Amino acid sequence: MSSVFVSSPYVAPVNSLQRLMIQVIIALLPGTLTYAWLFGPGVLINIALACVFALMFEAAVLKLRDKPVMVHLTDLSAIVAAWLFALCLPMHSPWWLVLVGIGFTMIAGKHVYGGLGFNPFNPAMVGYVVLLISFPREMTTWYLPASVSGATLSFSEALAYSFGGVDIQQWDALSSATPLDQVKTGIGQQIAISDIRLSPVFGQFAGKGWEWISFAWLIGGLWLLLTRTIRWHIPVALLLGVVSMATVFYLLDMESYASPLFHLLSGAVIIGAFFIATDPVTAATTDRGRLVYGLMIGCLIYVIRVWGGYPDGVAFAVLLANMCVPFIDYYTQPRVYGEK
Amino acid sequence: MTTRSEITRNGIWSNNVALVQLLGLCPLLAVTSTVINGLGLGIATMITLVLSNSIVSLIRGFVRSEVRLPVFVLIIASVVTIIELSMKAMFFDLYLVLGIFIPLIVTNCAIIGRAEGFASRNPLGPAALDGLMMGLGFLSVLVVLGGLREIIGFGTLFAHAELMFGDAAKALVIEINPDYPGFLLAVLPPGAFFGLALLIAAKNWFDLRPVAQHQDASAVSAETV
Repeated sequence: MSSVFVSSPYVAPVNSLQRLMIQVIIALLPGTLTYAWLFGPGVLINIALACVFALMFEAAVLKLRDKPVMVHLTDLSAIVAAWLFALCLPMHSPWWLVLVGIGFTMIAGKHVYGGLGFNPFNPAMVGYVVLLISFPREMTTWYLPASVSGATLSFSEALAYSFGGVDIQQWDALSSATPLDQVKTGIGQQIAISDIRLSPVFGQFAGKGWEWISFAWLIGGLWLLLTRTIRWHIPVALLLGVVSMATVFYLLDMESYASPLFHLLSGAVIIGAFFIATDPVTAATTDRGRLVYGLMIGCLIYVIRVWGGYPDGVAFAVLLANMCVPFIDYYTQPRVYGEK
Repeated sequence: MTTRSEITRNGIWSNNVALVQLLGLCPLLAVTSTVINGLGLGIATMITLVLSNSIVSLIRGFVRSEVRLPVFVLIIASVVTIIELSMKAMFFDLYLVLGIFIPLIVTNCAIIGRAEGFASRNPLGPAALDGLMMGLGFLSVLVVLGGLREIIGFGTLFAHAELMFGDAAKALVIEINPDYPGFLLAVLPPGAFFGLALLIAAKNWFDLRPVAQHQDASAVSAETV
């Protein structure tokens, strides 16, 4: 018998990095599957390619840095980063696009700073932004959901597309501006929102297809909250930021500013709020700081969408907020009990 | 007294303006999007360095130390103006591409740094050699960085060579892969920072290598003992 007195709680949860990452992957499943169901299997090919490349880069860099390779590969952090990165890409992307993006995610986003836990910027967003500014043509070729275009690429067609075996022109009819894109260019041409929304890509709340994917991310995000993988501060503050900005301008002029619901369910707001902004390494670390951080990203997303050069701004907003994290943390340290 | 080989080694490698002193980064980062741009600005900077170093060295006995900096600035500004006007006359297209960065050679800290640090204390010969070698070191980094960014960014090498060498030089242009989609990041300002960082890292790695081998050797000998 051990004579050591053990106090409660007697059942301690096993919290490891790997367990955390598995929870994130499970939470990503509903959204990913909905995305693939609505937009075709290209989504899954992107994720698979990104994961394979990510593991290759991770192993190579760990080897170069004389770090234990298997320990870091099996913590699944590379898989999660690659997964989130792949979800940012257009559904059908050539393999080299994924390779370059993952290279920047893993090397410039993570390992040059000293690896996982030391990176100031969200690695997946670093990779995505590098691609977005470097390959504007490839990164803006988005495809319509099957319910609008009437057809998606089959698995083998999508695979052939990824590896460059097929001519791009053939499927030009399937590609289109995203709902966010249409709203942005429409408003730029002085078209009223109610007229823009007559376009077939719009559904009940936001973009047809897109809105349901956002709901699926929400389910995954709520599960992350329930399992306490993430805290509520960042998602709530982020969504609040987007909604409050959108509401103010919507009430000012309903025909020039899209509704808050449209902004909430379009693009990457929901996945950004629950999966991207909540990255524990790059987010603020105090509770009040997390609220500031989330609010800042939310407001920035709206600002970039409405007055910026890009249709969506989640990646830029997250990177800009990442830069402010040391500053936010410095000014939101909780008061030590007993001190003034 | 520094010898000629020391001046040469200092200028080109061990005290390289761009890779070690990190001076003149503004033109270095801004114009190196292609080899030819880098070469053009590099040559202009090199000529400026040689001329300003020579003149500063010649007048070093007449200028009181209280007024030396304004005098150096005047000399450098005159030299740069001469070069700018000559480029306008001889390579007008290249002059248009490099634009504001030609007159901005005046503000390149490397030039006044060499005038103050070397030319004002040495006779004409070493001063001119120092200007040439420092300029050559800067020029080579501009060309290598330009080449790196051009290959990655556009997939070409020596594009727009006709700006400098006349129409016959169009044959110099090497297109590595006609289907290359281009990598804009390398051409944009971040690419310059990435590229320069990689070059500095490569230089440091190269310099540290013999030391590492030496340490390995001593470690091995210690083990055998």
